[in-house]
Amino acid sequence: MSSLALNSPHRKRNTYTWLYFLLPSIMIMLLFFIYPILLTFFYSFTNLALTGESARELKFIGLDNYTRMFQDPTVRISIWNTLIFLFGSAVIGQQVLGFLIALLMKHKNKLFRRVIGTIVLAGWVTPEIVCALCLYSFFGDDGTLNAIITSFGLPEVTWLFTVPMLTIILANIWHGTAFSMLVFQAALDDVPSEIEEAAVVDGASRWQILTRIILPYIKDSIKTNMMLVTLQTLGVFGLIYAMTGGGPGTSTTTLPIFMYNQAFINYQLGYGTAISLLLLLIGIVLSLFYIRSMK
Amino acid sequence: MTKMAGGKRVFYLLVSVILTAALLAGCTGSSGSGQGENGKKTITITYRDDGVGEQGAFYKWLKELAESYPDKNVEIKPTPIQASEGDYFAKIALALKSKDKAPDIVTEDTFILNSDASAGFLEPLDDRMKDWSDWTDGSFIEAMKKGVTASDGKVYGVPYNTDSRGLWYNKTIFKAAGLPENWTPKTWDEVLDAARTIKEKAGDGVVPIWMNMGKATGEATSMQTYEMLLYGTGERLYEDSTGKWITKSPGILDSLRFIETVNKEKLGPPLSKVLNGQAGNTATREYLPQGKLAISLDGSWITGNYLENGAAPWPEYKDVLGFAPMPTSKGQAPGSITLAGGWALSIPSNAKNKDEAWEFIKFALNKENSQKLVTASGNITVRADVAKDPGYTQMPFNEIATEYLKNAEFRPAQDKYPEVSTQIQTMVEAVATGTSPEDAQNKYAQDVTRIAGGQNVTEK
Repeated sequence: MSSLALNSPHRKRNTYTWLYFLLPSIMIMLLFFIYPILLTFFYSFTNLALTGESARELKFIGLDNYTRMFQDPTVRISIWNTLIFLFGSAVIGQQVLGFLIALLMKHKNKLFRRVIGTIVLAGWVTPEIVCALCLYSFFGDDGTLNAIITSFGLPEVTWLFTVPMLTIILANIWHGTAFSMLVFQAALDDVPSEIEEAAVVDGASRWQILTRIILPYIKDSIKTNMMLVTLQTLGVFGLIYAMTGGGPGTSTTTLPIFMYNQAFINYQLGYGTAISLLLLLIGIVLSLFYIRSMK
Repeated sequence: MTKMAGGKRVFYLLVSVILTAALLAGCTGSSGSGQGENGKKTITITYRDDGVGEQGAFYKWLKELAESYPDKNVEIKPTPIQASEGDYFAKIALALKSKDKAPDIVTEDTFILNSDASAGFLEPLDDRMKDWSDWTDGSFIEAMKKGVTASDGKVYGVPYNTDSRGLWYNKTIFKAAGLPENWTPKTWDEVLDAARTIKEKAGDGVVPIWMNMGKATGEATSMQTYEMLLYGTGERLYEDSTGKWITKSPGILDSLRFIETVNKEKLGPPLSKVLNGQAGNTATREYLPQGKLAISLDGSWITGNYLENGAAPWPEYKDVLGFAPMPTSKGQAPGSITLAGGWALSIPSNAKNKDEAWEFIKFALNKENSQKLVTASGNITVRADVAKDPGYTQMPFNEIATEYLKNAEFRPAQDKYPEVSTQIQTMVEAVATGTSPEDAQNKYAQDVTRIAGGQNVTEK
């Protein structure tokens, strides 16, 4: 009893020592994370521009950037494109394909796992811009894909022009699937084989094992992965910019591309920051949705 | 025990304070510029390096000037920015804004000069110009002065090169199709008729006429295609007298109909090739030299590709290519039209050695030195005396391309131009892909009104 009472001032002191250790990291967080966000928030209410009359003096213009954003039809198109890209490449593509690869590899021998795993990983370790260049030359008019299909006597298809959204979705799947595969491989390894064996003994079909045992067991991994992949995909810029530049027209203009165009092609930084906040908002809403559905 | 704990606490505190201080110190930029060492003044010159570094014509030229510059108390230091053209504008804007980073001289595209001037980044040069005889005695082509004059009427740079635009055509294809080898179309219809003849006679392997029509080709679509057409109808993008952007007009519709006709009758390149960021290079570096393209509406600089050290060497270009002026829509005065761009040397407001910078500019852009630069880089001169020099005129097409500058028009010296230009590209691409000219014009009108404000637009 007495020793506890003696210790209490020490403990109190100790509760603050964490602060000393964390202070440098907190400073980093404040400086490189919180401060830019606050600054972005502030600039989105100004006429900040790289050049031109408005670069002369920074003016507070209230909600002008936001009203402009909601009147701009390209913003609506960009949001829609972003969602299609997100759904196609992240939710359907990377998530489902990553899971399937992981599942199919589960009980296979080591060599098989290693070979397939390496091949899938190759897409992931390739830097984004290299990946974009590879897939550009794959889908290009004189690219590999057309060389293959014409050798079968089929007509050439201008992939990047006729189905641009599909090409960038496939590119992002190619680039990102390995991440989901790794997450699911780890999750599937955690499913105890006794339960599966017991289910087999009880006469469960493979489908039943998948839907009644495996999926519920790795539910949390699915949701975490969903959130990570969503946030990664939301910010994809280089891949799309290098492959299609957001075109033809606005058919692959996602929000990051649109934001770049406004900020660095039209030099309207203020408007660009407002769009970046819209992107942040979409990310937050989706994350909250996933977090809620995790409970 | 308590003592130990106290010591530890001081230690923790110390460590964290040191780390935090180090972190903050690392983040604040060190300031202070090394100026006037060994009594010499350093003049920094910022220009765009497109990746060739010390092989670049501009760098070599600067180096030569630095050695021959008579004032030995001044050191000339190149500070290039390696970037694409679009990124270069963004980067110099950031540099010019900063008191520490602003160079003493900067190369400015006339496209962005007005914006940088009205942002207060550049120094007006009128007072200095008054005492420079080269500027006042007509050595510079008068029309070129428009390009460096901002909307406030002041001059913000000395131009050093320019370009003109017109119709490049392949004489071999023309001859085979029974068209004149010395082609000078008088109206748009004559241009279209020539294209139709080629389509009929030259077969599927030849694209009759190439114009950049996509958003991806950016400014090339606005300037080489749309503005060459629009200005040929006698109309302009922006009405100087009222200060308003023209959002709807018969000229806009005529220009769009030309583009519509080219695509409807399949006189142009396949859309997948032309609506692509590489379209310009595809036309000049592949289609034209390979004899797969008959007419190309493009800039005077494309022959730079065909020189020995160019991107697509093609020694025969001198004989195979012709460069016809772009006619006005119905042949009305002045008969032909060209848009001109080009680059200038400017002095940033934040420059530290403005007087020395001006002295150097006068030296660098005198007749002899400016001729060296345009000859090495394959550009067109802005000086009337260089234009007459045999050393300049012997380069193929130089004389004719300079001749076109007589009717040269510049893009509006307006802040909003870069944004309006993006809308032009959207409009042109829409028509190329099948939207009716009327619908495309309506959308353009809406977008430009949103950008410029309702009080700053007008219809004709």
